[in-house]
Formats: sequence, C-alpha cells, structure tokens
Amino acid sequence: MLITRKAEFSASHVCSDPSLSPEENERLYGRESRPHGHGHNYVLEVTLRGDVDPVHGMVLDLKALKGIIRDRVLNVYDHRFLNVEVPPFDRIVPTAENIARDIWRRLDAPVAAMGSTLHSVRLHESDDLFVDYSGEEGR
Amino acid sequence: MTTLTKRYSFAASHRLFAPSLTEERNREIFGKCANPFGHGHNYCLEVSVAGDPDTSRGLTMPRASMDGWVEDSVLDRIDHTHLNAELPEFLDLVPTSENVLVVIEAWLREGWHKHFPGQALRLAGLRLEETPRNSFRI
Repeated sequence: MLITRKAEFSASHVCSDPSLSPEENERLYGRESRPHGHGHNYVLEVTLRGDVDPVHGMVLDLKALKGIIRDRVLNVYDHRFLNVEVPPFDRIVPTAENIARDIWRRLDAPVAAMGSTLHSVRLHESDDLFVDYSGEEGR
Repeated sequence: MTTLTKRYSFAASHRLFAPSLTEERNREIFGKCANPFGHGHNYCLEVSVAGDPDTSRGLTMPRASMDGWVEDSVLDRIDHTHLNAELPEFLDLVPTSENVLVVIEAWLREGWHKHFPGQALRLAGLRLEETPRNSFRI
C-alpha cells in the first residue's frame, strides 16, 4: 500500500549556471534565471510504500512521517533563499528536479530507520508544474 | 527516475453523438451531452516526460521547449474549437474525453519528432480533466 503526506514550504531561488552566458541561461531556464531570485509556494507530497501492520492497522504512523518531513526538509528549506542558504544549492542549480532529488536524499535514510520505504517524492513548484522523483533506480 | 509534469488548459466545445445510433439511443447513452448544438468545457491537460537530468543542468527538459512542443502539437490545434466541426480526427469519432486523450497522445508523439529530431520519445503519461470532477489518464 502507498501512503502520502503533504507539506508546504516557501522559498526563493535563481536557476542559472554561472558558466553559461545570460542568453544561454535564458534559453534553458527562462524567467527562472532572473538574477535576484523569486519565490514559490512549494507543495511537497511524500509517498511511502509498505504493508499494513496487522495489529495497529497502519503502514507507518503519519505523525512520525510529519515529524521527519518537518525536521529534515521544512526546517531547512522554509523561508530561505535556496542558492545562498541551503547547500547543495550553493553549488548546483535549484530546479524542481534537483530539489526533489535533494529532498529524497534527506528523507530516504530517516524513513528507512522508521522501518518503512520511501516510494516517491512529488514537488509542486507552482499550480502548473510538478516533478516526481523515485530514486536512482526507481522504486 | 524523474518525471516532469506540466499542466496546460484549453477551451473547446463538442457534442457526444454517434451517428450510427438512433436519436433515442444517443439520448440514453450521452444524455444532455448529445444536445444538438454542443457545449463547452475548460479542459486541463497534464503532460509528463521522463528523464533523469544531470545535476549540473537539473532539467528533465527546458520548460520553454516543453511548452513549444505542447502548444504546437496540441493547443494551437484544439484551443477554442468545436471538436466535431473543426477537427478531422472527430469526423467519425465521438469526442469523448477518452477519445480526445487518444488523439492528443498521437499528436504529441508526432510533434515530438518534429521538435526533438533524433531524440527518443520520453512521453511518460497524460492526464486530461474535462471538468474538475472528471479526469482521464493514459
């Protein structure tokens, strides 16, 4: 069974590669490359996969997942300028794809430590764009 | 595995009516959707493409490239049209959302090779909302 917990955070970012020309950055990233940054209300959906425990009737207590998301993601990302304040985005471009992958890395081990399995991370950057990430191999 | 999904909207009208069936049978199957002059919807289309980006670029696909492909293949053709009257695809095909989605998939496949010549198709899924309450996925 798959279970999903949703969370929100607000953050700003700039998507550009300093080794490229402004024109090339504009071609790749559009307005996301404007130099002073801009913000999004991100919506995160974290999905776990597991069997239902025959005694307590849950895959994992969603309160526990809520706590992991708060400690590992929201406390790090919320109301921050990602490029400046949240490594690794001082070195890599904070596209939705890279953010989803970073969130996966932050959650995978703590979820496993709770005895559960991370299935996928869905990150909505806006109402009309989202990214799904399910690990290097896909799960 | 990474997939990027973008959401697009278009407005179109249609009439659900199968000419091979009687007026009464059409009325039974399609109800008010068979009213003779048609009616419209604000459709929402979600297009997903697959592809693990290298972290230095961080893009499954540049957004403008994706928008260009979807606008050219789908939106320019379908937005603000009467499906039955204006699109040859629906001359002999009832424009239910199921059929609209199948037609859109074919357009996107054909448009891919025009927009991204030499690149393998990375279409990972499609979802069409006819209204906020009715959605269809392939």
